[in-house]
Amino acid sequence: MAKDTDTRCGKVLAIVGNLVTVQVDIPIMNREICYIVICDSLSSEKRLMSEVIKVHAGLVYIQVFESTRGVKIGSSVEFANKMLEVDLAPGLLSKILDGLQNDLTLFPGIFLERGLYNTPIDFEAEYEFHPRMKVGDRVVAGDWLGHVRENWFDHQIMVPFKCAHNTYKIKSINGNGVYKIKDTIAVIVDEKSAEEIKVSMHQKWPVYFPIESYQEKLRLFKQLDTGVRVIDTLNPIVEGGTGFIPGPFGCGKTVLQHIISQYASADLIVVAACGERANEVIELFVEFPHLDDPRTGRKLMERTIIICNTSNMPVSAREASVYTAMTISEYYRQMGLRVLLLADSTSRWAQALREMANKMEELPGPDAFPMDLTAIISSFYARAGYVHLNKNNNSTPGSVTFIGTVSPAGGNLKEPVVEATKKAARCFYALSQKRADSKRYPAIDPVDSYSKYLEYSEVQNYMSKHISSDWVASVYKAKDLLLRGREAFEQINILGDDSVPLAYHERYWKAEVIDFCFLQQDAFDKVDCYSPIERQKFMFELILKIADYNFDFNSFEEIQDYFKNIINIIKQMNYCEFNSQKFSEYQNKLNTLISTKISTKISSSSIQMEAR
Amino acid sequence: MNTSNINKRAFQKTFTQLINITKATCTVKAQGASYEEMALVDGRPAQVVKIVGDEVTLQIFKGTNGIATNAEVQFLGHAPMLKVGDELIGRFFNAYGEPIDGRPEIDGIEREIGGPAVNPVRREQPSELIATGIAGIDLNNTLVSGQKIPFFADPDQPYNQVMADVALRAKVDKIILGGMGMLYDDFLYYKNLFDNAGALDKIISFINTTNDPAVERILIPDMALTAAEYFAIDKNEKVLVLLTDMTLFCDALAIVSNRMDQIPSKDFMPGTLYSELAKRYEKAVQFPSGGSITILAVTTLSSGDITHAIPDNTGYITEGQLFLKRDTDIAKVIVDPFRSLSRLKQLVIGKKTRADHPQVMNACIRLYSDAANSKTKLENGFDLTDYDQRCLKFAKEYSNHLLAIDVNESINEMLEKAWQLFKEFFGKHEVGIKQEFVDQYWKE
Repeated sequence: MAKDTDTRCGKVLAIVGNLVTVQVDIPIMNREICYIVICDSLSSEKRLMSEVIKVHAGLVYIQVFESTRGVKIGSSVEFANKMLEVDLAPGLLSKILDGLQNDLTLFPGIFLERGLYNTPIDFEAEYEFHPRMKVGDRVVAGDWLGHVRENWFDHQIMVPFKCAHNTYKIKSINGNGVYKIKDTIAVIVDEKSAEEIKVSMHQKWPVYFPIESYQEKLRLFKQLDTGVRVIDTLNPIVEGGTGFIPGPFGCGKTVLQHIISQYASADLIVVAACGERANEVIELFVEFPHLDDPRTGRKLMERTIIICNTSNMPVSAREASVYTAMTISEYYRQMGLRVLLLADSTSRWAQALREMANKMEELPGPDAFPMDLTAIISSFYARAGYVHLNKNNNSTPGSVTFIGTVSPAGGNLKEPVVEATKKAARCFYALSQKRADSKRYPAIDPVDSYSKYLEYSEVQNYMSKHISSDWVASVYKAKDLLLRGREAFEQINILGDDSVPLAYHERYWKAEVIDFCFLQQDAFDKVDCYSPIERQKFMFELILKIADYNFDFNSFEEIQDYFKNIINIIKQMNYCEFNSQKFSEYQNKLNTLISTKISTKISSSSIQMEAR
Repeated sequence: MNTSNINKRAFQKTFTQLINITKATCTVKAQGASYEEMALVDGRPAQVVKIVGDEVTLQIFKGTNGIATNAEVQFLGHAPMLKVGDELIGRFFNAYGEPIDGRPEIDGIEREIGGPAVNPVRREQPSELIATGIAGIDLNNTLVSGQKIPFFADPDQPYNQVMADVALRAKVDKIILGGMGMLYDDFLYYKNLFDNAGALDKIISFINTTNDPAVERILIPDMALTAAEYFAIDKNEKVLVLLTDMTLFCDALAIVSNRMDQIPSKDFMPGTLYSELAKRYEKAVQFPSGGSITILAVTTLSSGDITHAIPDNTGYITEGQLFLKRDTDIAKVIVDPFRSLSRLKQLVIGKKTRADHPQVMNACIRLYSDAANSKTKLENGFDLTDYDQRCLKFAKEYSNHLLAIDVNESINEMLEKAWQLFKEFFGKHEVGIKQEFVDQYWKE
């Protein structure tokens, strides 16, 4: 592992944008990190971080993570003998990082000057270590040797992941005490080769490889609450699951992601802002330190890591940013946390791949995207999952749930990135322009969207145990009602109000009740923005009851007017604290309204019982 | 070959072996050129866009007609620059930052254009409302300083007038106009308008008219934004940048990428379109010091098609978009409430404006959308219900008094007007607004 950079140099041969061709006469590896050395002015020399992406006919093609302005033919390129890796150690929580894991808050000045790099880990910081294992214990990669306290949880110090495939014996391990991050806290010995490895709180991991130091990956079963009704109830996502949100611009992708990042029932949220607007990321910086996590009462920022490569930051670092985010997520999963990774947007990453492929003059696939786009996306989504950690870690579960947004060109859901993602993700939250236009937010289309997890028997069992026994059946019923409502609406539109049976109007309006009172949710109202699952259950059952009733109506105008009143009352309920005085007042009002119109087929006494 | 920057200015070496000439680019055999460096080809400004060994490709902004294969190529040793300073104020420049108003060159600090991005953590969350008096904007799509937002408009719509109105009414310290492929008449329109409004003392213009070469347009946004950064950062001022028309800027990018044999992506646009646009639009920023850059742009559409690569990529970058539309019922141009959106409005409405603002806005739009359904019914020959009738009446009034671009009033007046319309045409249960606001503002 020669670290002597003098002997590992090349020279720039050609420059097109961020793609630079380098001539070398030394062995280099694909995806190796290298630095172009330029002189910005007389005094300062700058090193521009780059990455090998292709070797062709003896020439090395590198993508530069910075602007290549001023690079010259013959400029020196130093190879670093490593791939892009991230520093893994206590102290990553609450950080705001760029795609290459630099801590953005540590950079001087207003502008992001190129050629500056740092690490978010404070190597001078001291942590109190508590050992968990003892000398002589047999360990494998990922085993928890002991922990330090990071913020609000026990950050496990693990046998380095690069020690996979071997077993080790602990030769020595430090007792309770305060140590710096790079201090040796244990020495482990390879049982076969007798090689000694010093373990500190710090390790590195190359981002393109998944961390696989766990016992097994399980089939998913456990629901992950997001507080968004149309997701949790109609199209639930599960711990370790994957989902994606495609939608044209202006349909509320980002608001939806922000809501999920605030209220999802995860221990840690990693937000990868990939090629999107800077002002959106600032919303997170500014608001999260003040907002409370509804489950723990701690500030949201305490459970958040933001990886941000906004659209004006170097394009080639976009790809790195999603991998950096995933690797950090996996690292915390290894400590038994439920991690939720949100990436906005994966299309920007795909576009970055396209830009490079284009500059390398590769033969293009559909819409000029590279041919292997589908493979790249699916292997990335495959890194999500629910695992049982090592036996030595008591087989503790941990998970990485991944939700990505896709920004399809022209809102076309048949474009290559959507198509590729559809094959990889199990939940599909289609944002509809039509719903957004009529301000029906969140604009997730209730009919087109799906969650494959509803079909999992494991998930069905979990729901019948934790929510109610016939939950999944009710969900399908609601979807059915919505579809029938849509069909009725089309019939009414084609034939006219008068020419369809009253039942069509009733059907349409019952679907509207579900839409207005359950699917729609006001992200900017402090009560309605977050709906815990028990509240969802209550409202969902209440609304489905209404759909079940037979009403006596004489005209379609009467139907419209009646259901608008119902919608208005339930919407007011949505704005009230659950089970508050006001909430029950509206509920009583609703019951009275229902009892006035209900047909004799169901007695009104059963409604009174609902009023609790 | 490795002469330092300073020496290079002294020894400007001349190269004369052109091996390739296209309409917008040429390739010259040369050594020592650096990427994105400026050069003069036969006296015409050019920029390095590709280097392969000793073959340097330059984009020549004025075009290559008349360029000979032995033309003199001189490298200038620096990226495109703009001299910035207070002397910029009130002046008109071309795409290279040279005066076109017959007055002398300005003195100032030379800055590279197209500089690095602002560190996101050094930004401040935008929170200052920019009032325009136009209800279609203030009520439904409130603008915020530090925002970037384009008008999506067909070429026949009065976007230049609306943009000028907004610019003159907005309370900002500097207005920077970047005109790309502007008709000379439109250039004079802006010039006279600013002059008559007595606003020239806060306006700086970078103009490329249709008389000028198309490829020069690529420089205009960077010039305008470099000047904007000077006033926003060095002077802590509120700067409004007007960019019209960004579609022509994109077309110029497409010309260059086409000449460089790059594989086009959607709609024959370069694959880098998103990043190129983002690099410019993301210069919109609010600084903690109070300085800010707000970008108001125009993207012309071809017959309203927003799925075309230019408006589509723009929409993903900008913080919303404003659509103009001719409403035949009232014979006026309105700001389309369905397709227009200001993403940053949530940061100010109901916070810097009255608390009922968000709900009133949404209720209006929902009812307007119901009216659109009623209209479809009417056109298809169906009977209208009483509700349909009321919606249609509401829509007409709403359009005339709130959406039309000739409205000029305060946001509170707009809200009062909306409540009046609700009361006139609907019952309380039909507007779907939180009870507390209905109690407060529904005046019997």
